[in-house]
Amino acid sequence: MTREDNQTLSFRRGVRDAVPIFLGYLSVSCAFGMIAADKGMSAGLAALFSVTCVSGTGQFVGLNLMSVGAPLIELFCTLAIINARYLLMSVSLSQKLPRKMNLWQRLVVAYGNTDEIFALASVQTETLTFGYMLGMICISAAGWVGGTLLGELLGGLIPSSVVTAMNIALYAMYIALIIPDAKRSAPVAAVVGAAAALSCVLTFVPLTGQMGSGWIIILAGTAASVVGAALFPRELPEEE
Amino acid sequence: METPYLLAGICVMSGVTFAIRAVPLAAIRKRFKNRFLLSFLYYLPYGVLSAMIFPAVFTSCGSVAASAVGCVTALVLAFFRCKLIVVAAAAVAAAWLTAALMPLFGLM
Repeated sequence: MTREDNQTLSFRRGVRDAVPIFLGYLSVSCAFGMIAADKGMSAGLAALFSVTCVSGTGQFVGLNLMSVGAPLIELFCTLAIINARYLLMSVSLSQKLPRKMNLWQRLVVAYGNTDEIFALASVQTETLTFGYMLGMICISAAGWVGGTLLGELLGGLIPSSVVTAMNIALYAMYIALIIPDAKRSAPVAAVVGAAAALSCVLTFVPLTGQMGSGWIIILAGTAASVVGAALFPRELPEEE
Repeated sequence: METPYLLAGICVMSGVTFAIRAVPLAAIRKRFKNRFLLSFLYYLPYGVLSAMIFPAVFTSCGSVAASAVGCVTALVLAFFRCKLIVVAAAAVAAAWLTAALMPLFGLM
């Protein structure tokens, strides 16, 4: 392998940029570890789940389903629906990776394409590098697995009121990622507002509320982006 | 919960999650040229993240009041461009404090 052409988005910078993700993951996966321990899942299995799945919502829901002995096909379908949004995110991310990036590097990036890493990668204006992505993925995965073990091992020591409050950490991070861009760009603000409104309406209308949050997120996010693209088309980049 | 069942369940759930993330990244190498599609993909992260936040954030930490206070704290700090970690920590602290103080005022 030759060195990456673009040295500004380096491994080190990926690690540094993803420190907030590390801390957010540490707290959320700590909650996951505690709940897993409470439901009788060993620390080893909980860590295995975290290191292979790296999907917060998916793991919480999956844990609940397994604790009632749901059949494997139900686990498969539920996770496919909850995580279908990653299909959209991976399509979007595919446009920001260098074209020459090889297959195994692409698979490593795919492994780490979580909501938070995707969000952080999306707001970069330069072409992404493998090193930068790897840096973000390494520190984020360390936080995710480390927190799971921490929750499993010292769950009882942390007051449950603190763990409950920690559940808001990742939402706060999403807010911190999108609000500055919404402030800078009126079209982005419109898309953010429309997606939020649509998501709330779909959740609280009894008929559509039964769709499940996975579908509602995809529907609301996609519809708002389609309207945004129709009303506020962007200038095409100069080259490539 | 028995270990073989858990192992199988973890394999199935991690496998499907990875497949969903991997297929587009492995398959799509060309750059899209269509202006509408590029605009859509530009707005998509904001749309999806916003739909993930709302309304789920309001039930994220038990009581709606505590969650709402945490959410407003995050919105205000994010508006003034505070660092990610500051926004996250302040939102957690605000939600925890609200949940802790509510019973004192007979609001639970």
